[in-house]
Amino acid sequence: MDKLNLQRIANEIRKGIVTAVYHAKSGHPGGSLSAADIYTYLYFEEMNIDTKYPQKEDRDRFVLSKGHTAPGYYSALAHRGFFSVEELKTLRKVGSHLQGHPCMQHTTGVDMSSGSLGQGISAAVGMAISAKIYNKDYRVYTLLGDGEIQEGQVWEAAMLAGHRKLDNLVVIVDNNNLQIDGEIDKVNSPYPIDEKFKAFHFHVINIDGHNFDEIAKAFAEAKQTKGKPTAIIAKTVKGKGVSFMENQASWHGTAPNEEQYKIAMEDLKKVGAALCQK
Amino acid sequence: MSEIKKIATRESYGNALVELGKAHEDVVVLDADLAAATKTGVFQKAFPERHIDCGIAECNMMGVAAGIATTGITAFASSFAMFAAGRAFEQIRNSIGYSQLNVKIGATHAGISVGEDGATHQCNEDIALMRTIPGMVILNPSDDIEAKAAVKAAYAYKGPVYLRFGRLAVPVINDNADYKFEIGKAITLKQGKDVAIIASGLTVNESLEAAKLLEKDGIFAEVINMHTIKPLDEQTIINVAQKMGKIVTVEEHSVIGGLGSAVCDVVAEKAPAKVLKIGIHDVFGESGTAKELIKKYGLDSESICHKVKEFLK
Repeated sequence: MDKLNLQRIANEIRKGIVTAVYHAKSGHPGGSLSAADIYTYLYFEEMNIDTKYPQKEDRDRFVLSKGHTAPGYYSALAHRGFFSVEELKTLRKVGSHLQGHPCMQHTTGVDMSSGSLGQGISAAVGMAISAKIYNKDYRVYTLLGDGEIQEGQVWEAAMLAGHRKLDNLVVIVDNNNLQIDGEIDKVNSPYPIDEKFKAFHFHVINIDGHNFDEIAKAFAEAKQTKGKPTAIIAKTVKGKGVSFMENQASWHGTAPNEEQYKIAMEDLKKVGAALCQK
Repeated sequence: MSEIKKIATRESYGNALVELGKAHEDVVVLDADLAAATKTGVFQKAFPERHIDCGIAECNMMGVAAGIATTGITAFASSFAMFAAGRAFEQIRNSIGYSQLNVKIGATHAGISVGEDGATHQCNEDIALMRTIPGMVILNPSDDIEAKAAVKAAYAYKGPVYLRFGRLAVPVINDNADYKFEIGKAITLKQGKDVAIIASGLTVNESLEAAKLLEKDGIFAEVINMHTIKPLDEQTIINVAQKMGKIVTVEEHSVIGGLGSAVCDVVAEKAPAKVLKIGIHDVFGESGTAKELIKKYGLDSESICHKVKEFLK
């Protein structure tokens, strides 16, 4: 798929995020929007998946370790065709299959339940180990927040992944530099993130997480990397695409009101219109 | 009289895993640097490619086990009860329990019979913790035969199971032809008429011995082996509550939230009866030999006998 198409899809996924969180009246738009381009690339280009057979054995796996950005995940799954885009409006409502945090038993296309930070990466390591033991050639992807990597379990998992040379595993860190209490380097700095993963025997790639050329190159490089897991440190903007949400920690876990929702959708429509003229 | 055979249930765990590994390709065993103690080392020797030593990182081990289970493989994650149920409680709840993944938690060194290592390693709270997780099955076998049967039953069952094993060598008491292990089905080892003793784990044998002592004083105790704490065999409890009206529970665990509490939950709602809970009474353990500690904390046959007599007065 060409870059322009990916950009258009990412913009639609962003509209889905804003719409879902607006209807839920709660949820996490900031980190969903920052990761929207990564979700887009994974689900529309990179991963071997089939919406007709969501459980097929040889599918690539994805674990959303930063589970609170489920709106972004769900929007990507819906736009990819795992369920209808209309269903995004049921997010967080009683009886909905779209729980506040991902649940593999509720939602088609979700490979692992997550939400308690630091745990998803361990499950991804488990999936990668299983593939190694049983000679399966599927690949495993997991997306972490940059605040999330303050959790010690992340490094327990990274140590095992490096030690076992899991070259079928790609860890992506959504480095938007913001967590609930503010800038990550002011709260409890995890920097330098790349050097840390290197020290845990990862092949590390730093990219602009909103640039599809760089995203594509990084995932291709990960595939070529043998004997090591890959960590992609994606520099991103929290709230990307919605003018008043960009780089604001306050939009980590807040839903827009009606007026804000309209402004947000206008912002995204403008982006969409500009992309159509290209 | 021939010597009674004694085997620690952690040994049974390791041996049962090897048998499972031979019969089933889809079994993976994980450990956290305790393979020599949890006895998964024997599995590691037999099937090195299917044994994952995660190092000293129990929380990660539980998540890795969960991830392996999502691929259709049965994962046995092993550590001491303290570090499995205790340290990794939230990982077990959220990564394994919430998704009802097919992970079996092999928790060895449970209770005060850990002995000399002392209170930090004596987990008297694991059953209480595991009971609160929806859908978690809890098995607490009493001897070698039962422990091996429990491991097989856990494999056959699809979903999370907590298996509780001990460090101390305990007498083999279930070595008979009619022995049958079924998850959630208590075993009545001895019929009685005056009081029912419901025990689990290594206290089953102590309770059987206590019942012999009681008989000398004309007290006939029924002895029940409650090897499954969850799902609990409520009907057996209701039956003895109605038949005798007096129940004594014996466990190598805190009386808060363990077998005794579970039995009380049933009788309070469904068949009011008087209950005496024998177990660890809201205190930490201490260093000492297992035998000394079992006596000091009142879990040996003589202490049980004495407490039952007081209870019946």
